Amino acid sequence: MDKVNIGAVITTPGSALNYKTGSWRTLKPVLDEAKCKFCNICWQLCPDSAIEQADAKAKKPIKIDYDYCKGCGICVQECPFNALEMVEEEK
Amino acid sequence: MYEVRFHGRGGQGAVTAANILSVAAFKEGKYVQAFPIFGVERRGAPVAAFLRMDDKPIDIKYQIYEPDAVVIQDPSLIQLKEANVAGGLKAGGKVIINTRKEPSEFDFGDAKVYTVDATGIAIENKLGTHTNPIVNTAILGAYARAVGNVSIDSVTEAIMEMSPAKKEANVVAAKAAYEKVVGV
Amino acid sequence: MGVKQVVKGNFATAVAAKLARVDVVPAYPITPSTLFPEQISTYIANGEMDAELLLTESEHSAMSAAIGASASGARVATATASQGLKLMSEMLFIASGMRLPIVTAVGNRALSAPINIWCDHQDTIAERDSGWLQFYAENNQNALDLMLMAFKISEDRRVLLPSMVGLDAFVLTHTMEGVDVPLQEEVDEFLPPYKPVYTLDVKNPMTFGSFGTPAHYMEFKYQQWEAMENAQKVIDEVFSEFYEKFGRKYEKVSEYRTDDADIIILTMGSMSGTARAAVDSMREKGIKVGAAKLTVFRPFPFREIKDLSRKAKVLAVADRNISFGFGGAVFAEIAGALINEKEKPMLIDFIIGLGGRDITQEDFYKIAEISKDAIDKGKVEKMVHWINLREVQ
Repeated sequence: MDKVNIGAVITTPGSALNYKTGSWRTLKPVLDEAKCKFCNICWQLCPDSAIEQADAKAKKPIKIDYDYCKGCGICVQECPFNALEMVEEEK
Repeated sequence: MYEVRFHGRGGQGAVTAANILSVAAFKEGKYVQAFPIFGVERRGAPVAAFLRMDDKPIDIKYQIYEPDAVVIQDPSLIQLKEANVAGGLKAGGKVIINTRKEPSEFDFGDAKVYTVDATGIAIENKLGTHTNPIVNTAILGAYARAVGNVSIDSVTEAIMEMSPAKKEANVVAAKAAYEKVVGV
Repeated sequence: MGVKQVVKGNFATAVAAKLARVDVVPAYPITPSTLFPEQISTYIANGEMDAELLLTESEHSAMSAAIGASASGARVATATASQGLKLMSEMLFIASGMRLPIVTAVGNRALSAPINIWCDHQDTIAERDSGWLQFYAENNQNALDLMLMAFKISEDRRVLLPSMVGLDAFVLTHTMEGVDVPLQEEVDEFLPPYKPVYTLDVKNPMTFGSFGTPAHYMEFKYQQWEAMENAQKVIDEVFSEFYEKFGRKYEKVSEYRTDDADIIILTMGSMSGTARAAVDSMREKGIKVGAAKLTVFRPFPFREIKDLSRKAKVLAVADRNISFGFGGAVFAEIAGALINEKEKPMLIDFIIGLGGRDITQEDFYKIAEISKDAIDKGKVEKMVHWINLREVQ
């Protein structure tokens, strides 16, 4: 039997993490690491916080968290260096 | 049960008079209920307030239609049809009027009439202003003497508790009216 | 024993909030309940009460603030009436859905239009489906006592639902009556501090007011339904505990001279004492009439109403409200409660005292007369009667 807390209170903080919205995707953004200039514009604009920040000093490019990326394509649209492109999920 | 109806004009403190008298009667161990005709508190408009007192709990909750006593704070209300100050007054009831006139100058059938110059007493004691004297405490002193079911001591005690200002002057006014009421 | 004082009904509810050690009072003033926040403000200014008074920009905001404060674990009270309760309406359902035991005093006042500041029960009756418990006071002592008990009932873990305590506009809110004001230590013994199940707390984050999809929504509503069912028992327990502690007896339905009555007149609120006085007068004339008073409207006291219904030939319901297109709401509930009973009395509805029309003993004589006529004829010819209605064109 399911347990539901009275008043629909959710007592575990951050439980939305358990809900992997990455499965909603039909297209996914794929990064060409060589083209990433660490500007972090995609990180700023991602509506799902599904992009990990780039580190310019460490020359570390951004990283996409495919567990939560819904494949909206905003990052691909906004990248000034065309470092991202949308690729079909279906192999 | 003893039922009193107060008639005044908005701003003259008829509602407060009923409330003070209820506290005075309560001090003497009576069950009390005091309330105004609601929502008509406009300065100058005729207002009425009600007081019930009894030796047992008071269950009924409606306006007083057949009072044992009527207190008239403003004599000009007597001519005013809409005020209907004598409406339902019980046979042998009592009428206390704020006026300089004598009781014999009024006709309330077989009701007993008492008069007191509460306005004069209020002005003397600097209660309110010349144009708008506050007569309600003086008239309570007259009530205590004329009706006699609440003592002047209880009335003055209640005035001390409930007057927002000039407590002592209000007490002096009540005592003066107690002495000066005509018709006893 | 407490201190006897002559006070207005609004003062009675405010002093109850003080004695209950309420933490937060979000309020927006409205006639006839304005004296409540005024009195709370006075208590706080005098250092007699340690509480936050939040003066919001509307009743909607007052109830929103009440919800936030209650979710953070505070004991919360407010007061409103009429249009103010209507503006709160959206938030009332959220308070009960979030299971927050807020207590609200409502100076029962008619609804516009036409604009009217006087008494009837339309405002709270129209919120009967909001998931709040509803209590109705007959006098100022009731108003004080029911407020205190409402906290205890609402905060019970088996209930956790908000309560409204209705006190009739002006007839109680602005009427001076002798009231026994309990001592603080007595109230402290009766009403322990509120211990919430969940609290808004930055150190232990939780989600309040979450989404409820079709997969879950019904279960939450069922929990509210169960809580309201539980309230039946909790109310009885708290009423009896209150009686033991303070010596004042409360019942969901109280009866007066009903045992051999042919006609029982059922009332709610301040008209109830007038009904009893009318019963006494009619009994002297040999009319077999009794009275009953409904103190709890939500949860509806089915069992007590069924017991009552077996005692009379006519159950005459005095409704100080009107559900257009049906009749009075109390009548409708009673008809519903008795629907599966084999033996039931004739039921007649009387709409009375809307918009502050004075309710006198004569009105109850008229109700008894119409009821007697139904007994004589053996049938109810007309289901809904309007009492003391002027003939107008």
